[in-house]
Amino acid sequence: MSALEQLIAGGRRVVFPRPWPRAVVEGEGWRAAIAKLVEGVLSLVGLWGDADAVHMALADVATAAIGILSFECVDGRYPSVAALHPPALRLERAIRDLWGLEAEGCPDPRPWLDHGRWTLRHPLAAAPLEAADVRPYPFLSAEGEGLHQIPVGPVHAGIIEPGHFRFTANGETVVRLEQRLGYTHKGIEGLMRGAAIGHAAKLAGRASGDSTVAYTLAFSRAVESALGMRPPARAVWLRALMAELERLANHLGDIGGICNDAAFTLMLAQCGILRERVLRAADTCFGHRLMRDRIVPGGVAADLGDDGRPHLQALVREVRQRFPALIELYDNTASLKDRTAGAGIVTTELARLYACGGFVGRASGRAFDARRTPGYAPYDTLAFDVPVFTRGDVNARVLVRLREVEQSLFLIEQILTSLPPGPIRADLSRVGEAREGAALVEGFRGDVLAWLRLDAEGSVSRCHLRDPSWFQWPLLEAAIEGNIVADFPLCNKSFNCAYSGHDL
Amino acid sequence: MLRFLLEGLVRRPLTEPPPPAEDSAAAELADAVTLTARRKLGRSLSIRMVDAGSCNGCELEINALGNAFYDLERFGLRFVASPRHADVLLVTGPVTRNMADALKACHQAMPQPRIVIALGDCARDCGVFKGGFGVQGAVGDVVPVDVEVPGCPPEPDKIVAALRGLTRR
Repeated sequence: MSALEQLIAGGRRVVFPRPWPRAVVEGEGWRAAIAKLVEGVLSLVGLWGDADAVHMALADVATAAIGILSFECVDGRYPSVAALHPPALRLERAIRDLWGLEAEGCPDPRPWLDHGRWTLRHPLAAAPLEAADVRPYPFLSAEGEGLHQIPVGPVHAGIIEPGHFRFTANGETVVRLEQRLGYTHKGIEGLMRGAAIGHAAKLAGRASGDSTVAYTLAFSRAVESALGMRPPARAVWLRALMAELERLANHLGDIGGICNDAAFTLMLAQCGILRERVLRAADTCFGHRLMRDRIVPGGVAADLGDDGRPHLQALVREVRQRFPALIELYDNTASLKDRTAGAGIVTTELARLYACGGFVGRASGRAFDARRTPGYAPYDTLAFDVPVFTRGDVNARVLVRLREVEQSLFLIEQILTSLPPGPIRADLSRVGEAREGAALVEGFRGDVLAWLRLDAEGSVSRCHLRDPSWFQWPLLEAAIEGNIVADFPLCNKSFNCAYSGHDL
Repeated sequence: MLRFLLEGLVRRPLTEPPPPAEDSAAAELADAVTLTARRKLGRSLSIRMVDAGSCNGCELEINALGNAFYDLERFGLRFVASPRHADVLLVTGPVTRNMADALKACHQAMPQPRIVIALGDCARDCGVFKGGFGVQGAVGDVVPVDVEVPGCPPEPDKIVAALRGLTRR
């Protein structure tokens, strides 16, 4: 039996979670799981709160199997995972903010999403508390000679989401960066409680606008797994098509944006042309530039017509034709490479510890892609490479994206060739009992987790969405140390973490 | 690099003809902004963009305004880094409780005359986020709004039309 199977077997199995087993464990089982995280045998996929319980999704590093352990928080407490395994830290702070559940031994007592501005404290708890007075947030200190602080945000200079970055610098060199997020927290998980599936799907698609396809895909697959149903084959393939178009558009935008933050605007202009072409093709084929609300539980809401296919083929042709020159431009502009090479290094050890996904993880040696493991249709029948680099610098994160653009084009071609005919949407099964479902989807910035519980009437009673950025944001703090302040926009853009997807 | 620069000189520009200026935006503005103000602002505008809690979809389309097809700057419209330099405050998203003060401070920092645009469905009425405990309200509940642009997100053409409605270009 694998370590994960043993932990699940040691607990009380829950009937009807899908597709991963869930077991309720007590202190001993919970602590045994933490030990396996520390050992590196298991990795943390998610940690979230519920009424009087916390759930922890774990992946077996060797087999890629996933399971969920739950701990019932008698008197509102549970043993802290973060006390021994740092990647869980912000997740535990968020659980305390939303649910009031206390992680015993959590090394950081500060709130994370709660800025003291809500009208209630612990708003999702059965009995929320009255709001307390706003208190200043105690940023971590740094001591030394000649240090000064640079506070940036929440409003930033450009067209970007809000967040606060507190730099401590010695001259130009960053000694410490501390992030404070939560500015875009809207209370999505609260809004999902009791929501009809259709409305909850709209909320999921608006958690993170640039990943609306990935989020609605994760949510829809979680609903379908809960109900024990599969969407029609054509829908499965169309979903992959939309996902690859989203990946393509974002990577093109990012490559241009990263170069722009090194003052190389030519790349931004050229990539911007290609990105615009992708968005227009998405609009022509599926009726929305970002393909919002196109993936729904049961299938997809828009079909690829006969006139759509030649549009996509023309798009692939154009990007294929123009992209090699852009790669060459990036490679041969020495002053640009001088900025990106060696800047913002994330060590392979940190990427492994945080089970960091997406291009951030793959640029630092962690070869994880949810389309491969655990994997989902139709990627199991498609040929594609997962590019991995090890330097972990800004350049490596650009290289991963360059390769993934090529892979997405290849995938789109394969999908257009193999797209089966047939219906695009199935009615949702009525099962008449409470069910749980989950899914892991590879969005453009990494693996998106969706876990939900449906009540007997088929409404959502609890839905948790976990953005890949939870395991990437902290690594940016490590990556910027020792770099100059002026390289922060470059490093930050090379991560392109989500704010709204993270904050919910 | 040279090849791209030469291409830019020789090939026809990708920039598309502008969409017609939206009459409704101009009409709303005529009520809200005095003729004196419009005379003072002239025919170009500096825009400060603030995300008060959006999902980031609106930001993507605002960013698209700078690409070769839409080329916002040819209309005398540009984005600035500081509210002190701005004529227009372009706000997206429902205003979260965590962003309400920052939005107000940004608005207060703008010298008069100042125009506020609520961009996107969430900015207008919170969209699907209405009632979220993290949400304070629509943009209009926190700062006075002069122009609204509907959409989820509004397409770049619609944003250009609304902005050009302000300058009447």
